[in-house]
Amino acid sequence: MNLPLQGQLILAFTRIGLLGFGGGPSMIPLVHAEVVKRYEWMSEDDFSDVLAIGNTLPGPIATKMAGYIGYRVGGMAGCIGAVLAVTLPCIIAMIALLGLFMRYRDERWINGMSQGVIPVVMVMMARLTWDFWAKARSSLGAIATVVLAVVSAGLMYGLGVHPGLIIGALLIAALLRPEPKQSTRS
Amino acid sequence: MLYWHLFLAFFIPNIVGYGGGPAIIPLVENEIVGHYGWMSSQQFAEVLAIGNALPSPIATKMAGYIGYHVAGGPGAVIAVLATVGPSLLLMLAALGVLYRYRNSIKVKSMSSWVRPVIMVLMGYLTWTFLDESLINSGWLPTLLIGAVAAVLLNATRIHPALVVCLGLASGALFLG
Repeated sequence: MNLPLQGQLILAFTRIGLLGFGGGPSMIPLVHAEVVKRYEWMSEDDFSDVLAIGNTLPGPIATKMAGYIGYRVGGMAGCIGAVLAVTLPCIIAMIALLGLFMRYRDERWINGMSQGVIPVVMVMMARLTWDFWAKARSSLGAIATVVLAVVSAGLMYGLGVHPGLIIGALLIAALLRPEPKQSTRS
Repeated sequence: MLYWHLFLAFFIPNIVGYGGGPAIIPLVENEIVGHYGWMSSQQFAEVLAIGNALPSPIATKMAGYIGYHVAGGPGAVIAVLATVGPSLLLMLAALGVLYRYRNSIKVKSMSSWVRPVIMVLMGYLTWTFLDESLINSGWLPTLLIGAVAAVLLNATRIHPALVVCLGLASGALFLG
């Protein structure tokens, strides 16, 4: 095993994990800076292909990229090292911070803190909702988006259907849709 | 059995969660708060707040902490594996096939057709937090903190982690 290389992989993805504020998608430029610019493990084209393919699969993008790039550069050990480096430090910080928070939650001011932060989280969630609306409208159009939203809301909250089932059905429908002939083989 | 439920609670959202980490949030909430009842929506909001204030992907931080909260160290490992593992294995196994079809309209439709459903779940979660805040803090603090946060997040370049800290601080000073 090439130990210096494994060390570089872990270092690169630890930096990405610690500097990547704002969730997975905001980390993509950081991954690019380390992998393409600093260490030159991949070309620009390879990187954008990996990104495009990562986006066609479910699950968080940052760990998919870390795992795949780690695997390409350093085999299975590289894959595990890169995923741990990008996730572990902040999981530990999270458990420590929230553990402290829960222990003192009977203190009045700590309890106040947990109430004061809820409107902030609400606004962040509202912004994400709006982002998804804007993206859905630009790819599907407003009418299709509203119809899909109303039907799925009725199924989930009216009839209690599990959201996973609705999404699963939509994914299968997308795979079964007829493909226009000219755009397939390019 | 608990470990198996914990695995499922993170495996399902991550396998259907198209649209990156944030898309997984309302799906995980549905399992953790709605289905299994391991946390209240207030606790889930706190996890999101602290999670948004720290770097690195939100999905794995959420999984690590909630897994730990429900079943200790092994719980954290199981929840993180369920979050990271399946899509990473798919990516390693199917890269060649996916590469050929990456411009296919079918593959593109997958993420765009799922988006409105995720949007509904996110809207519902926004509503849950509003309701929670109105019950706990009343409408005036909710409106004030919410409006200030909305302006700071939308109209300035202030870091979201700082906005979370401001919310925590105003709560400590005025809502305790």
